[in-house]
Amino acid sequence: MSQTIPLRLYVNGDRYDIAVEPRRTLADALREDCGLTGTHLGCEHGVCGACTVLVDGQPMRSCLMFAVQAEDASVRTVEGLAPDDETLHPIQQAFWENHGLQCGFCTPGFLVLAAGYLEEHPDANEEEMREVLSSNLCRCTGYQNIVKATMCAAEKMRR
Amino acid sequence: MNMSEPQTWTGQALPRLEDPAILRGWGNYVADVASRDSCLHVRFVRSNQPSGRILSITAPPHVKLFTAADLTGVSPIRAVLERPDFVAVDTPILATDLVRFVGEPIAVVVASTEAEAEDALDLVVVDIEPLPAVLSADQAIASGAPLVHDVEFPGDPNTVVDGRIHTPGFDEAFARADKIVTIQVGSARQSAMPLEARAAHAAYDRSSGRSTLHATLQMPHMTRTGIADCLGIAEDDLRVIAPDVGGGFGAKMTLAREDVAVVFISRAMRRNIAWIETREENFMASWHSREQVYDVEGAFTASGELIALRGDLMCDVGAYCCYPVTYGVEPLMAMAELPGPYRVGEYSVRSRGVITNKCPIAPYRGVSRPVQVLAMERLMDVAAAELGIDRVVIRLKNLITEFPHRSPSGLVLDQASHTETLLAATELADLSDFATRQAAARADGRYLGLGISCFAERTGYGTPALAMRSQPITLGLETAPTITPGFERVILAMDPSGGVTLRIGASPHGQGLKTTLAQLVCDQLGLEPQAVRVIASDTDATPYGWGSFASRAMVIAGGASLLASRDLAERLRVLAADRLGGLASDIDLIQGSAIRRDTGGQVALSTLARDTYHNAQLIPDKGEPALEFTGVYDPTGTFANACHIAEVEVDSETGAVDITRFLVAEDAGLLVNPAIVDGQIHGGVAQGVANALYEELIYDDRGILITTSLMDYLPPTVAEMPHIEIAHLQTISPQSITGAKGVGEGGTIGAPAAIANAISDALSPLGIGVFHLPATPHRIRTAIRAAQNRTAQEEAIA
Repeated sequence: MSQTIPLRLYVNGDRYDIAVEPRRTLADALREDCGLTGTHLGCEHGVCGACTVLVDGQPMRSCLMFAVQAEDASVRTVEGLAPDDETLHPIQQAFWENHGLQCGFCTPGFLVLAAGYLEEHPDANEEEMREVLSSNLCRCTGYQNIVKATMCAAEKMRR
Repeated sequence: MNMSEPQTWTGQALPRLEDPAILRGWGNYVADVASRDSCLHVRFVRSNQPSGRILSITAPPHVKLFTAADLTGVSPIRAVLERPDFVAVDTPILATDLVRFVGEPIAVVVASTEAEAEDALDLVVVDIEPLPAVLSADQAIASGAPLVHDVEFPGDPNTVVDGRIHTPGFDEAFARADKIVTIQVGSARQSAMPLEARAAHAAYDRSSGRSTLHATLQMPHMTRTGIADCLGIAEDDLRVIAPDVGGGFGAKMTLAREDVAVVFISRAMRRNIAWIETREENFMASWHSREQVYDVEGAFTASGELIALRGDLMCDVGAYCCYPVTYGVEPLMAMAELPGPYRVGEYSVRSRGVITNKCPIAPYRGVSRPVQVLAMERLMDVAAAELGIDRVVIRLKNLITEFPHRSPSGLVLDQASHTETLLAATELADLSDFATRQAAARADGRYLGLGISCFAERTGYGTPALAMRSQPITLGLETAPTITPGFERVILAMDPSGGVTLRIGASPHGQGLKTTLAQLVCDQLGLEPQAVRVIASDTDATPYGWGSFASRAMVIAGGASLLASRDLAERLRVLAADRLGGLASDIDLIQGSAIRRDTGGQVALSTLARDTYHNAQLIPDKGEPALEFTGVYDPTGTFANACHIAEVEVDSETGAVDITRFLVAEDAGLLVNPAIVDGQIHGGVAQGVANALYEELIYDDRGILITTSLMDYLPPTVAEMPHIEIAHLQTISPQSITGAKGVGEGGTIGAPAAIANAISDALSPLGIGVFHLPATPHRIRTAIRAAQNRTAQEEAIA
């Protein structure tokens, strides 16, 4: 058994005191040690973006980041988007209403990516959002409804 | 809404019932199941040679290793077609003495964690003596070629399927043609590449001796049959569950050697075991498809009528035979369906499947049809140019207009709208406006092109159709029974509280099937779709069914659900009539109540349900004290159809193709949920765009796959995808009781040909036609430079 080191993570406002191997990725720590399995692993080499989380507000590939690099940082995952169990985040609501997901495996990455960007750039236009969204892969939707949902969410978030 | 009017859910773009949990990150995929269990983890030791003999497998004593020798009593996978031209080969669960492709599983390491399993993998040393490999179909069939499997080939070496059709009048028709148009088309190898790679978690229950496999699957029941037969256990000893599945596209309908190994090891060690496939493994070993080359000749009259079609179709099917559909799936579908939506009088075809030392092929959305349609639609465009006929006119002249139509291969095409979809698409495309823009751009040195693609999509075919293709399946057991897939069964029940549960044998994986089936059922029962719980993908909880593949679930599982819900609705009307007086036919089911139309008297469905179970003495006709109905549907199949039109601009410097417009005129019959149908089209077209321009699995000349990451294999991002405009036609065919036709594969089937035709149209001033896909920037640029050099030489000579 490799040596583990204690680590404190703040995820979606909750504190997690865990112990991980230094080589453990943030994605694995979130999934295996924090029980937050909404963050998905599609390639584990930083291309597909299914594992995107916000680290101090910035979108990160959690498969390319060691958990220990997130020590004391504020991490936000798909589970942390909705304000409560009754209400969806505007980006989640828009994905639902606009059929922005099919198998749902890439969805958490797209939601976190778009939510993070729109919260900082509420005036983003479609061209800008297409560029942002082009960092992630979806195999089911052809992206059309992801773009549509994102622009609907942007409009709601501006209000 | 008006309380007295039954609500109609069919046809509404209802947001999916599946979505809220997934949107919150509460989806439950196989890796999530594994993460909640302190199970052991495995990794597969894989071949680094395309062909070779295993001399030794060694590992340090502390590494827990399983090799083929440890798989006591395990039979190989064997999928067979009963056809005289079919040659069967076995697929061992782990390679025994020979390896046949890079990535083939040889051994399994078991460790406490995924990371430790990966560490252990590095400590296993496999010594393989390389043997000669065959890396292309041409090499494979050459006289004296090395044999991928040491079995008897009645024809050419390595030829495992060699189907032929030759209609009696072919030779005469071919001889009297005014024009023979000859082309060759082809597609590179591609991966379905679901975003969730394969995964399996096998749990062993010591008290019952029973195993539960969670795996990412499209056919849970068939998978259970396959694994149980390989392991020699009763099916009852194994429960198979496909939880949320992160995309399938066909790739997850085939039985995985790895899944068999995981269940075996779990039972052998009496421990829970998980395997989570890496993306690299997925590219190397999780099924390829599309590597096909078709030589096609069309015999036309001077007026453009296609009177005879000849095809020589070659499919490189890799090293093993996929279960259950076999490596006949691509060549035999191509042989049967090549003429597509066209009235081809006479037909002569040879269609071969050839094994090579590469990853085995298995179904991927569209199967061989993207290449079939590429062949027919390039043929139409080339013929139109050679005969001096408009490309729309030549299609109109040959599209099937009378239904049902019997094709020269014996398929019966039901009511469709080939002409209408072509006209709808060309009207949207505004061809004369495009011609003006194209001419202006050409004067400006820019290359715009427009391409048309018409196709028929065979969907929803059950046992009768599959029995005709003769594909009984047996495992490597002498006495194994043959099997013909096809039907779907559902069980619809109303519980004492009035809650409705629909258990289905089909197994959705992103199609929103639970929502669309709930819509169908609720139209019969007068309930809201939220009131129907659909249970799928668990062999313990669902009736035996074949699964979700081949654009079938809405047609077949939908038909079965409709039948069951009609029966339940009729029973509720009978019970209500007993309470309210009058006849069952006087009762409407509206918003959870049974209402007598003439008197307005009503009773809640929940009251009828509760009394059925709890006061059985009140049941009027000594009927069963239950509200449970089985629906079975097993149709012969129905053809959806569509016309795609692509507009492109080709950058003559870089060879890059920009798709500037994409139109789809689709006829999928009745649309149960139009949003979901459009979503299927969008996603299908994206995979067609990938096929046309970007994706290619490349083996080097040593037989090593060099595209093993998403930095080498390039699925389109949003930046590469055009906005897709869709027009719907809705031909209602008697071949589908719901009126719905399948629509899962059409986007993928039609888009590559439309794009190839568009690029060829754009580059027609340079004399360049695109026949082989993907048309990557490198290939386009090379063709443009060659054309420019030719022109320069001709000018120098002149």
